[in-house]
Amino acid sequence: MTNKLLALSLVFSPFLWSQENNANAPSVTGNMESTFQYLNEDTLIGANRPASVGLLNSYMNVFYRQGGFKAGLRMESYLPRIQGYPNNFDGTGLGMRYIGYENDFVDITLGNFYEQFGTGLSLRAYEDRALGYDTALDGARIIIRPAKGLKFKGVYGRNRYQFVEGRVKGSDGIVRGFDGELHFNEAFSEMSSFPLDISIGGSLVSKYQVDNNEEYVLPENVASYGGRMKLRYKRFTLEGEYMHKDNDPSIDNGYIYNSGHAAVFNFGYSQKGLGILISGKSVDNFSFRSDRTQQLQNLLINYLPAMNKTHTYNLVASLYPYATQPVGEIAYQAEVLYTIKKGSKLGGKYGTSVNANYSVALRPMQHKSGFDPMDSSRVMYKGKLFDSSDSLYWQDINVSISRKFNPKFNLILSYYNISLNNDVAKITTDAHGIIRSNIGVLEMGYKIDKKHSIRAEVQGLLTRKDKGDWATAVIEYTIAPGLFFSVMDQYNFGNPNPDLKLHYLIGTFGYVRDATRLTLSYGRQRAGLFCVGGVCRFVPASNGLTLNFTQSF
Amino acid sequence: MKKIILSSILLFAGLTVQAQDDSHSSETGKKLPSVKLVDMEGNAVNTAELGFNGPVVISFWATWCSPCKRELNTINDLYTDWQDETGVNLVAVSIDDEKTKNSVPVYVNGKGWDYLVLMDPNGDFKRAMGVNNVPHTFLVNTNGEIVYSHNNYAPGDEDKLYQEILKLTGK
Repeated sequence: MTNKLLALSLVFSPFLWSQENNANAPSVTGNMESTFQYLNEDTLIGANRPASVGLLNSYMNVFYRQGGFKAGLRMESYLPRIQGYPNNFDGTGLGMRYIGYENDFVDITLGNFYEQFGTGLSLRAYEDRALGYDTALDGARIIIRPAKGLKFKGVYGRNRYQFVEGRVKGSDGIVRGFDGELHFNEAFSEMSSFPLDISIGGSLVSKYQVDNNEEYVLPENVASYGGRMKLRYKRFTLEGEYMHKDNDPSIDNGYIYNSGHAAVFNFGYSQKGLGILISGKSVDNFSFRSDRTQQLQNLLINYLPAMNKTHTYNLVASLYPYATQPVGEIAYQAEVLYTIKKGSKLGGKYGTSVNANYSVALRPMQHKSGFDPMDSSRVMYKGKLFDSSDSLYWQDINVSISRKFNPKFNLILSYYNISLNNDVAKITTDAHGIIRSNIGVLEMGYKIDKKHSIRAEVQGLLTRKDKGDWATAVIEYTIAPGLFFSVMDQYNFGNPNPDLKLHYLIGTFGYVRDATRLTLSYGRQRAGLFCVGGVCRFVPASNGLTLNFTQSF
Repeated sequence: MKKIILSSILLFAGLTVQAQDDSHSSETGKKLPSVKLVDMEGNAVNTAELGFNGPVVISFWATWCSPCKRELNTINDLYTDWQDETGVNLVAVSIDDEKTKNSVPVYVNGKGWDYLVLMDPNGDFKRAMGVNNVPHTFLVNTNGEIVYSHNNYAPGDEDKLYQEILKLTGK
């Protein structure tokens, strides 16, 4: 006991000397979020009342820094978890903890950490608390910066899998990774004013999982490796990354022994008033998990996002969103944002912005000739880079025009044409094949006076399949800096079944004071992205009261 | 017994001096954490060494966050006046991850923003600053201390922010 006390006092005694040096003063930061739901049964929309009636999610992060020393932890509590949160969360306990040290040359962490290599194709351990996604690695990480513009990273750990009975459970497999990056123009002084800016990088990620499979002889160590490059010349940028994955039989791909690839490129041009982006992605057999028996969003080592625009309007975002296909896809996206000059005839007094975006995803070609699915190699086909078939998975064509007419009034007009292949990206059980929809949105903002303002949205979605046409109206009234009220109604007026022409009505009240925020909403909600009173969150279907409290400190 | 007395004295002394420092720091504000990010051109930037003279506004945003864009577009129209009067600089930290990260220069340049834009694709700076949701805007004084923190955006919030900036410049 005395030794512990002595040790504790030795830990605190450095504070006696650190007072004079302000740079070494300790700092504590963190944040807290708590969400409470009181739910009703609503069979029409598929909202269930849980046995406990009330649900509560809470967590608090605390981060400590003093000079180079850092430490942090997160306490989490799910009693039980809120509607729509994945079933990996239960109980109260320590969800994240780490200690580390950092200076300009080295950065070491032991315990939990989040990390991304390159564009995330090989490795991305990250959190999204609203989604209930958390693949924090538990192990060790070292980052070395031997010279300006040169950086090496090494990671070793298990991904976070579940949080049951207040304890974190890690993945079965162990992830090891190494990444290097060199920015030529920063590293070599002769190149600091070279007109072409060049960066290169490479990564190697390997996972080890014991083979418990009785049917096949599975590789216990599976590696993924590749490189990336980024070029910048005046107003142009070009970057690309390519990763190869060795054979990785898993439940995702049906235990085949094909290797896989993932590649992405981005080409951009920008100047003041104009931005252009063209991107492409080719993915074949690249589901990479730290447990080959897991599915859905569990234990993904890397990150393969959908290549399309993230929409925020209710009908556009929540009805037919697209999720990346783990087995593979070829996708392209193009985007332009142009601001018509202020003062010009077409631009008006304040200028007018026009944003156009196009994205498409297609099934990749799998060349099967010459491959015998019955032979012992279990290599089923050959996939090539950017080799797409005609089979459409997704297409999105959209345009948005925004204009401020006077200091009080502004308007945004948008149109979307969205096609989703429901046989592939199953969104609904009420339709087959490709669901096409046309959506129009009008958003208006009016500033009544210095503190009071009102915003309204009118949205309409037309489709011949699934649940038919929809209309949404939103009104939001805010009193700066601290209060807002809003009402939203989502109405399925075109449903082929007259009993299902439902209104999803929801009212929200919010109070904000500096870094404290409290919102209260009551009503019916479909799953999707919900943006009101200053913040956007992803929410599942429910009927009842939701209370959300956030605090930053 | 001696060990107990010695360690208790050390512990108590450490904590008392610590407590004094706590009251001092609560008056002057919390220091901006040091996180290594990159700007839109790929140059390394240390958040604790931004190199600006004068107050700094740090605003967390994303291309998919409509209220964030409303806030930053509104301030963009006022930015020249704000800078002339107070010498303030605004750093727009984008939390866009790889899915939407490439749209950041399209939006920033398309809208003609004059801010320093930093990329935080894996949320490292967002975590270090204790940010829950975007938009979240901070005001940092010339000593690197955070003196104002505000979540949410309602039209008119930029006036309150400007009042806080004026307080710092003693005007």
